[in-house]
Amino acid sequence: MTEPGDERSREERSRRERSERPVASAPPAGAHESTGAAIKQNWPLFEVFVRSKRGLNHVHVGSLHAADADMALHHARDLYTRRNEGVSIWVVRSDAITASSPDEKDPFFAPSGDKVYRHPTFYEIPDGVPHI
Amino acid sequence: MSQALEQHFDDTIAHDQRIEPRDWMPDAYRATMIRQIAQHAHSEIIGMQPEGNWLTRAPSLRRKAILLAKVQDEAGHGLYLYSATETLGADRTDLTNRLIEGRQKYSSIFNYPTLTFADVGVIGWLVDGAAICNQVPLCRSSYGPYARAMIRICKEESFHQRQGYELLLTMMRGTPAQRDMVQDATDRWWWPSLMMFGPPDTDSPNTAQSMAWRIKRHTNDELRQRFVDMTVPQAQALGVTLPDPQLRWNAERGHHDFGQPDWAEFKRVIGGEGPCNMQRIAQRRRAHDEGAWVREAAVAYATKQAARDLDNGAAT
Repeated sequence: MTEPGDERSREERSRRERSERPVASAPPAGAHESTGAAIKQNWPLFEVFVRSKRGLNHVHVGSLHAADADMALHHARDLYTRRNEGVSIWVVRSDAITASSPDEKDPFFAPSGDKVYRHPTFYEIPDGVPHI
Repeated sequence: MSQALEQHFDDTIAHDQRIEPRDWMPDAYRATMIRQIAQHAHSEIIGMQPEGNWLTRAPSLRRKAILLAKVQDEAGHGLYLYSATETLGADRTDLTNRLIEGRQKYSSIFNYPTLTFADVGVIGWLVDGAAICNQVPLCRSSYGPYARAMIRICKEESFHQRQGYELLLTMMRGTPAQRDMVQDATDRWWWPSLMMFGPPDTDSPNTAQSMAWRIKRHTNDELRQRFVDMTVPQAQALGVTLPDPQLRWNAERGHHDFGQPDWAEFKRVIGGEGPCNMQRIAQRRRAHDEGAWVREAAVAYATKQAARDLDNGAAT
């Protein structure tokens, strides 16, 4: 059985590629990697996620450059948690992130658009029925 | 096709929603945002210098720790902003080069010298006060990453302004010579602070487009008026005089009337002829050049570690 979404996702993929512009997730350093002048290359870009306190998710706060992941963690601490903003930090190379197309009206999100029965408010329950 | 994209962009702006990095946007919007955010980032980075000048000569350990934290914040603000420019496709190395080659500008205010320790206080009070006036509306800028960076920055600027004002209050309770230093610093920084809002509206050709794109929320003159109205009672509480003979309350307008800064001086300083332009850029360039070996060593170390991890992985 073929997935009905196959065609769409291929379309979506190719459109994404066409509309690709330089963005946060494009590694500015990568371009220099094969020049042999490894020493002159720029530090790659990392995205930073911070858990502000126990019980909450890590949230994206921004990006920074670092030579490697360890340095990125230390820089993230100095840059994004100077005032106790975090109890845990994730860093990930920006070029390792795969992102959906940004347009909210995008067909990529269409499968959930017409399924109102997934929400509790879809169902009518008489007023007198308690605890539901 | 591009018409539909433009329509979607315009609608997003009209609904006061944010533009995000991978959205389609007009080239002119992208270029304007990169220029504005980069200039703002450069200002934060160059802004470390006037106060950094006093780090080793702060009068107490307390003042030194505070000043150090503040200068570190300026560095942090610069980095938040460079990070925002990169979401638009700018390259940080390129931006740094533009700054040290004089191809991109930074705020004219940082081209004035810090002659006494009272300048540290007045910078916090007036310069950061003016920056807050400018920046609070930017928290609602139409470009998402810039607006988010501004929210972080504004939270931190409040500390900057308060430490400056407290420093000045302390000096005003000191000797007559200390009080004179505060008045002298106020006299020197008042007009350059008013210039921070940019040229008068009649001489600000980009304002209309920036307001249409919701990059800018208020005109230069509106923000300048707001700053003057905020600052007058602060000066009274401090016990200093603002050096403007035309400054007075206008009950009819419900605002203070005030004189115009010397716009010819503003243009000279922007054009590179301020008291410290050369020195600021030379120092930024020196820091960049002298830091090259650190950047290279870090890359060499990371490359070596990565190769070692690869070897160890192959061995096991």
